[in-house]
Amino acid sequence: MALLEVSGLDVRFALRQGEVRALRDVSFTLDRGERLGIVGESGAGKSVAAFSLLNLIAKPGFIAGGSVTFEGQTLNTMSERALRRVRGHRISMIFQDPMMTLNPVLSIGEQMVECLKAHRRISSKAARAIALDKLQQVQIPSPEKRLDQYPHELSGGMRQRIIIAIALLLDPDIIIADEPTTALDVTIQAEIMALLLDLCEQHNVGLILITHDLGVVSQVTQRMLVMYAGRVIEQGPTREIINDPQHPYTQGLINALPQMATPGEKLNQIRGSMPSLSNLPSGCAFHPRCDFRIRPNGEPRAACVEQVPGFVDTGNCRVACHMVAEMLEDRRLKEETP
Amino acid sequence: MSATTAPSRWERLRDSYLWYSFKRDRTAQLCLFVFICLVIAAFAAPLIAPTDPYDLRQINILDSELPPFWIDGFDDRYTLGTDAQGRDLWSIILYGTRVSLLIGFGAVILQALIGVTFGLMAGYLGGRVDALLMRLADIQLSFSTLMVAIVVGAVVKATMGSAFYSQYAVIMLILIIGLAEWPQYARTVRASVLAERSKEYVDAARVMGLKSRRIMFRHVLPNTLSPIFVISTVQIANAIISEAALSFLGLGMPETHPSLGSLIKAGFDYIQSGSWWITLIPGAVLVVLVLSINLLGDWLRDVMNPRLYKG
Amino acid sequence: MSIEATHVAPTENVIASDAPATERGDALLEIRDLKKRFSLSGDFLDQLRFKKGRLVRHQEHVHAINGVNLDIQRGEALCVVGESGCGKSTVARTVMGLLSPSEGEIRYDGQRIDDLSARKLLPYRKRMQMIFQNPYASLNPRMTIQQTLEEPLRFHHPEWDRAKVADKVETVMRSVGIDPDWGKRFGHEFSGGQRQRIAIARALAVDPEFIVADEPISALDVSIQAQVLNLLMDAQRERNLTYLFITHDLAVVEHFGTRVAVMYLGTVCEIATTATLFDKPRHPYTQALLSAIPRLKDDRPQHIRLSGEVPTPVNLPSGCVFHGRCPHANARCKAEIPLLQTQPDGTRVACHGVEEGRL
Repeated sequence: MALLEVSGLDVRFALRQGEVRALRDVSFTLDRGERLGIVGESGAGKSVAAFSLLNLIAKPGFIAGGSVTFEGQTLNTMSERALRRVRGHRISMIFQDPMMTLNPVLSIGEQMVECLKAHRRISSKAARAIALDKLQQVQIPSPEKRLDQYPHELSGGMRQRIIIAIALLLDPDIIIADEPTTALDVTIQAEIMALLLDLCEQHNVGLILITHDLGVVSQVTQRMLVMYAGRVIEQGPTREIINDPQHPYTQGLINALPQMATPGEKLNQIRGSMPSLSNLPSGCAFHPRCDFRIRPNGEPRAACVEQVPGFVDTGNCRVACHMVAEMLEDRRLKEETP
Repeated sequence: MSATTAPSRWERLRDSYLWYSFKRDRTAQLCLFVFICLVIAAFAAPLIAPTDPYDLRQINILDSELPPFWIDGFDDRYTLGTDAQGRDLWSIILYGTRVSLLIGFGAVILQALIGVTFGLMAGYLGGRVDALLMRLADIQLSFSTLMVAIVVGAVVKATMGSAFYSQYAVIMLILIIGLAEWPQYARTVRASVLAERSKEYVDAARVMGLKSRRIMFRHVLPNTLSPIFVISTVQIANAIISEAALSFLGLGMPETHPSLGSLIKAGFDYIQSGSWWITLIPGAVLVVLVLSINLLGDWLRDVMNPRLYKG
Repeated sequence: MSIEATHVAPTENVIASDAPATERGDALLEIRDLKKRFSLSGDFLDQLRFKKGRLVRHQEHVHAINGVNLDIQRGEALCVVGESGCGKSTVARTVMGLLSPSEGEIRYDGQRIDDLSARKLLPYRKRMQMIFQNPYASLNPRMTIQQTLEEPLRFHHPEWDRAKVADKVETVMRSVGIDPDWGKRFGHEFSGGQRQRIAIARALAVDPEFIVADEPISALDVSIQAQVLNLLMDAQRERNLTYLFITHDLAVVEHFGTRVAVMYLGTVCEIATTATLFDKPRHPYTQALLSAIPRLKDDRPQHIRLSGEVPTPVNLPSGCVFHGRCPHANARCKAEIPLLQTQPDGTRVACHGVEEGRL
């Protein structure tokens, strides 16, 4: 059985314009020590997905359906008390802005010791020793000194290292990292990502990496989900998706990267923009921006506009696209009637 | 975004958060209703009021200190009774509210004119202008309104005579309260100008080559209107209270042209003799007026504080 | 021409541009020894300190740019890349006159513009425009799109009548792919990508020849970035624009730039044509920066790991500003500030290691 199993997760926000479905029918699994990437643009629902795993969705949002199962326990129906034993302990989170996690009036050491003591019966001295060990693991220069420093005395890269050290404090099984390096510079970002990757491999920790950066996902994760307008539209092994994306949106996203175009030539853009969740197009949410809703023979594919696509298996990947489904069906028919 | 016609102003208001929250807030609705009723009644006083309290011919001293309608011994002609000079209390309260509101609005407009201009200049131009204007505001704030009023009132009365003072009392009070409290505006406006100035649309306007004055008034000012609205409500209430306090101390409106404050003062002497209504009824009107403005201001502040609903 | 001679002579080896000498006069924008300091010490009263019984004035500065020389040739897109705090945005803002330089000069079309009065600068305002990073902040929230776009036109062409202005606005809206019927709407009713199109339309409305783009796509989503980059490239082709393009994203530079200037802590450490820079980065910092781009197709790239973090620009390191993080630094790097030196292929690098042939 998988370590973490998410099935049919449905998250809604009760807003004054009415109910908005931020997440629809999101399902995936994570094995022990596996690294999973969740990719999408802003508004795709990837952060909502991360927050809903630990039932951290704030009002007016709520989980309307589906389940998150961790080691056989259903997290989304668990009491807040029981959930606290999982949060930060078995599953920890890293946010984009380190200052969201760090308390500006407590020293780094105090925060780490406090966190340890909240979850374990442990002396302050022993806790401090563990904290120091974790700081060494994240390769912070002069870790003893850092324990007595305050968050504002550290640079952005250093803070993010501290956050990783805190995330590792209780030897979690899963780390959820929500855009952990977006606010950092390229060279610092590369170092932090390399560090996170090393640590996850060393300690056999599962990683859920939420990002908009396909480059980062392709370097760090083994499997990935691509999200669009609150739905997963493609999932499978990262390599396969990057090298041979099936869904038109994934294709567009990869082809739009400047590194995929000849310098000086036009980039392959996707037209239009992500629809707002309160006003989703009918059928496949991507259809207004998709070139493939017209068949090669010029005839429009009605299903794209009328019907929400279900998942089809393409070998190791699963894709939610009418065009792909039709292609697979055609191929199957051809094989049956040679 | 699919519809190509832009919504009209009215449609925008109807879709706005302001309107949405107003629709759901009973207190705000009640307060606005009470406030509008008071304003209409006050400014339509010559039409509504049964007598003209400024017209000495309509006043009969023999009718003085008649009680309101729910107490035995009242007179049909005077629903709320009469004051010590025999003026109809209902009429005089309507006229008095008008004076109070006039001074309140007038003083706030003056405060806003000075405060917004100074605040804009201090915030946008910065440097020495900022230092100078803000020190000026600090100095102004270190005098209390009351002290300024006493000094100005005394000087004017001494030089021009008290007849002159009574004649121009409304204008004098507007000037005194207006000049005394502009720093509230200046500080609020300066703070939000500082926040707006660092936004890129201001840089874009500068890159265009626009002059500072145009950028200040055309680009920055419209974006600082929310806090200006919010403090305006508080300031109107404050100005009305200040006027009442000054009148109560005898530094405000003369008894021939009373405001709510001077009505309260005039009746105060009779509270021991049993004619409590002369002072308590105008007092109640003042409380209702100020309370409704303050509650509206509270609601407005909650709605317009972007951190509360955008975050 | 006499002005030209006096400023070229003393800094010959520093500013020798990669263009042949005959074309040097064709530079549209010249930045000479530009320095910009910001005071950290508040106003005069805050600066006074008691030291050993005496009142002294103590000032602290952020050295945002320290002696930058750049030539931008007509029709090219010069990209300035660097990490946060390297001074790239300060260069952009100083060029546009949003900041005044502490030292040095800026010449536009041969004419010095950094010391001009607002009135004398006005003709240049029409020729130089700017596109900002954050499309959510660069449009005035209280103005409709129509008003936003009409304002620069009305201001720079007071003689135009209403119909001509409206006509021009419509043309420019179409050229950036915004439906002119949306003119009565406000900025917040548009998505980030559309807002950035509107901001570009505002810059293009006065038909400039030079555009400073300060991180114009970094606040946008990937699929929208491509649209906006394409729009900027189309505009360049159609209008023969010259760009000063500020970005932290080297992948974008590779696609967009004619030449690239890499900045670190307020100085330019390498200038080269885009192809040369990506093919053969010389400066150790450029090499590290290039290796840090997350590429799609390679699995585990070998990052050049830099030790430490970017120092603060308050107390600049002595010698080469990069020496603290440079794997190749030696004693000379700590003591002596390297100057930009022209390489045989025209690339200019400020590195003692490259100069000595160590790298």
